[in-house]
Amino acid sequence: MIEHVVLRVIAKLLAPFIVLFALYVQFHGDFGPGGGFQAGVIFASAFILYALIYGVENARQIAPPAVAQAAIGLGVLIYAGTGVASMLLGGKYLDYSLLAHDAGHGQHYGILIVEFGVGVTVAAVMITVFFTFAGRRGVLEAREDVATTEDDEDR
Amino acid sequence: MWESFLGLYNYWIVILLMMAGFYIVMSRHNLVKKLIGLNIFQSSVFLFYISVGKVADGTAPIIEKGIFSYSNPLPHVLILTAIVVGVATTSLGLALVVRLKEAYGTIEEDEINEMDAAD
Amino acid sequence: MITATNLALLAFLAVLAWAIARIRNLFVVTMLAGIYSLLTATVFVLLDAVDVAFTEAAVGAGITTVLFLSALLLTDREAKPRKNRLASLGPMVLVVLLGAALVYTTLDPRMPHYGDAKAPAHGRLAPEFLADTVKQVGADKPTATHIPNVVTTTLASYRGFDTLGEVVVIFTAGVGVLILLGGNATRRRRRNPAPREESSGAGSSGKGAGA
Repeated sequence: MIEHVVLRVIAKLLAPFIVLFALYVQFHGDFGPGGGFQAGVIFASAFILYALIYGVENARQIAPPAVAQAAIGLGVLIYAGTGVASMLLGGKYLDYSLLAHDAGHGQHYGILIVEFGVGVTVAAVMITVFFTFAGRRGVLEAREDVATTEDDEDR
Repeated sequence: MWESFLGLYNYWIVILLMMAGFYIVMSRHNLVKKLIGLNIFQSSVFLFYISVGKVADGTAPIIEKGIFSYSNPLPHVLILTAIVVGVATTSLGLALVVRLKEAYGTIEEDEINEMDAAD
Repeated sequence: MITATNLALLAFLAVLAWAIARIRNLFVVTMLAGIYSLLTATVFVLLDAVDVAFTEAAVGAGITTVLFLSALLLTDREAKPRKNRLASLGPMVLVVLLGAALVYTTLDPRMPHYGDAKAPAHGRLAPEFLADTVKQVGADKPTATHIPNVVTTTLASYRGFDTLGEVVVIFTAGVGVLILLGGNATRRRRRNPAPREESSGAGSSGKGAGA
């Protein structure tokens, strides 16, 4: 769809605002509707919009698959690591009360960190899944190329 | 009569949607269609939970001054995570369908079964 | 007014489900499923589940539709007509019977009506979470230092284990998609130095599968 000027300009214009909105949803989730799950999906949709208009190859340069795939695990690690941290501070697993000087603030920090982990994993999974589906044709073509060159070598 | 209709209407629609999803999953052979049927089934369960969580005269469970009645936040939490898990599992299902298409050249279940039987 | 909107939206959902069952063009079905999700999100707003509505609108109407479309590109756009029209009669009878049985159970007088504040679902846990949060926020204090959104506190704190599990499920699904459809460069690397019989066998089986 790269030949449509309107789509191209609007996509480029919208993408940063979508990311900004995702960050707002992520870190304002304790006061209004929102949180890691929604923010992750909205964050990913900015990249998916870009990939739809400019092609997967261009989008891959912005969100390299290696980074996205590492982020899938990173989010889970942040979540589980918060639990381990609260254990190291002498509490129970995922008991955030000890993360700060008083229990209320500790809970607040814990929830923010954990939601961040959720957001990272969800965004990374959505981006990776979309790129994998969209890049499947390329994978098959590359495999066919390998197969034909092997056939040539056989001959 | 009217009151019990209004009181049970949500459940009846949930049952109807659930049965529609179930019917699509059972009777349609196209695998993509089956996945959409599963999604409808799933969303009917979501609607059921949220309907159960609604309290008349309640409001969204965000604590605010001067409001004393809130809807039940527990179903919201369960369904919120279930929706995102649902899209993750749907994408896994779609990935399986794509692999089946590559292996068999079709996404119709009966044709795949025939090919398996022929082998 | 809200009741009327609720009635109308739910009726729309039923119509959409019927259309989705009937139509064979998968592109149209995917678009209808997107509309279905958006309508569900609207119903969620009416039922006070703003967080859920937010998620459903972003996930159902956005990501799911895009995923289905990209899968359709790799598969077929049209579902084939059924060869045997009578074959769907059995499922229809089963579904009607099951649906009638479920409707019959809702007629039980003990079934809590929609919006009933005394329903057993509201009996435990939720009132405690709400009261706890109200106490922490301090509804009369001018500045709330703690978290007023009970859904967020329940999600991340009261039910933190549960959410950790859900995140792991999403992680697993992402890894699963990568395994199924990802480039798997390792296999290619393994194939190159492999003995010739194995590589030709893999190639022929690949061709046979493609045919």
